[in-house]
Amino acid sequence: MNGSPNAAILSAAGIQKRFGALVVLDDIDFAMNADEAIGIVGPNGAGKTTLLSVLSGAFPPSAGTVAFRGGDVTALPATARCRLGLVRTHQVPKPFSGMTTFENVFVAASHGAGLGRDEAYEEALASLKLCGMLGVANRRAETLGLLDRKRLELARALAARPTLLLLDEIGGGLTDGEASELVDTIKELRRRKIGIVWIEHIVHILLQVAERLICMDAGKIIADGEPQAVMADPEVVRAYLGGGPK
Amino acid sequence: MSAVSNSPVIERGTSASRISAIAVVVIIALLAVAPHFLSAGAVDRMTALFIYVILAAMWNALAGFGGLVSVGQQVFFGLGAYFAIRLADAGLNPFASLFVSAIIVGAISWPMSLFMLRLKNGEFAIGMWVIAALTHLLVNLDRLVQGETGTSLISLNVYDAGARRATIYWLALASMTALLAILFGLLRGSTGAAIRAIRDNEDAAASVGVRVTGTKRLLFVLAAFGIGIAGALWLATSITFQPKTYFNVQWTAYMIFMVLVGGIGTFEGAILGALLFFLIETWFGGTGVWYLIGLGATAVLFSLFLPRGLWGTLEERFGLRLLPVGYRVRLPANATDGDTASTLQQATTQREKA
Repeated sequence: MNGSPNAAILSAAGIQKRFGALVVLDDIDFAMNADEAIGIVGPNGAGKTTLLSVLSGAFPPSAGTVAFRGGDVTALPATARCRLGLVRTHQVPKPFSGMTTFENVFVAASHGAGLGRDEAYEEALASLKLCGMLGVANRRAETLGLLDRKRLELARALAARPTLLLLDEIGGGLTDGEASELVDTIKELRRRKIGIVWIEHIVHILLQVAERLICMDAGKIIADGEPQAVMADPEVVRAYLGGGPK
Repeated sequence: MSAVSNSPVIERGTSASRISAIAVVVIIALLAVAPHFLSAGAVDRMTALFIYVILAAMWNALAGFGGLVSVGQQVFFGLGAYFAIRLADAGLNPFASLFVSAIIVGAISWPMSLFMLRLKNGEFAIGMWVIAALTHLLVNLDRLVQGETGTSLISLNVYDAGARRATIYWLALASMTALLAILFGLLRGSTGAAIRAIRDNEDAAASVGVRVTGTKRLLFVLAAFGIGIAGALWLATSITFQPKTYFNVQWTAYMIFMVLVGGIGTFEGAILGALLFFLIETWFGGTGVWYLIGLGATAVLFSLFLPRGLWGTLEERFGLRLLPVGYRVRLPANATDGDTASTLQQATTQREKA
């Protein structure tokens, strides 16, 4: 592993993803440091979630490579990447419906983080508390509402003890109050030195956390840099705010 | 831990489950001495009950906990009997043959899992049935079996009938107890949580670090081994081996019936379902076609009105858990104060909602 403080913890080179004739990701290059918090924005269909899936190992890219913590992980499945510390949440929550909230999170602590029983209990309880879910710990996940399902995605990912967390629209559909709680939680993760990649449509929430912003459109990265500069970029304004044709 | 502890506590058992643990030990001890008091016919019936419990528990583990619904589990039942015949014919002690046979069945299920577990849901279910039908045909090719004429575990005949009956009874009781204990240990541990996670969402399980394929394989092989023992024991009680009897899909139909009526996905449910099936068979088994119609109607009524089965419904309504494999969090009275144990101190920014 590279010991230099500025070495990229996660990088992707020449990523392409095709579904049949449809090109969803087109030659993406991306690199981030361990201590970064990156926001990803872009119109629907830009390829944001697909990029997250390729980075997390949910499916392999059609071309290109992904490296994490200094090693090529392109061929590694999501399970192995999670155990290395690269963990994602899902845009459409995927709870373990027949298990309780606690059990959902416990699975991640014992398998993702590889903890023994008692440590896994503590980790799971700490994640639930951080996400405000202790009160519903014994509820079957299928009985949870959307907000709690979104929180559960976050709590479960956290219990796997990530070094880098990939968040896919966990703020969607939240009220302002709920969103500010969520931002507090994510700021706490930043204090714990967890790197963040966060896809979000609600830009003003995102900008409270993101120190760097990436804008995607039609499978390409069209802007990447300091958030205010990216939001002011004419191409971003046109693509993201649904302006006229290019 | 004391009730005044101010951090949440994980509870595995309940007061009811502690009593039931003692009850289980007492029941097994009583069953162990029962052959001294029961008639020969009753001993045979009880042996059948133990075999039904094994079948139900194994199918429930596979489908109810692991989400692997198979309609071809009779393949392992038939192979368990077949290899016992083969081993005994090769000169191995017939009682030893029963268990060596089950080990072979477990070993065969491993390479089988390599391609069967690539199939999903309905494809897996039907694929297993195809495997069972194919295996049935292959076994028929063995000259020893004499096609559908069948053969017998003749080497058992050297034992006195009474001693043989009691030995098979004890072997069945010991097998059932051991298999239930292994299953309970597995399902209650962290692997059990992984198994249930895979059942509920395979992608999400992989994304939080669960080894999906390896875990499914473990469950598949264990179920094959257990059902292999059941098939071998059934051979020991009935002596004769006709392939079409053992490789009959009715065995899986019985497993499904027991699990659905008892309560799929609960450890207690499979055992209760086996007991119910046993009683129905004992009381109505002589009525021929009406017995089968009754079984079918019962299964339909249960899936319509009690989809979680008898035990699942009891558990939901009364919070009754006798052999729980899950986890309950007991919160301290002041859980919402945020002033809890040191491991949770970092979370003070979060406002807890009751």
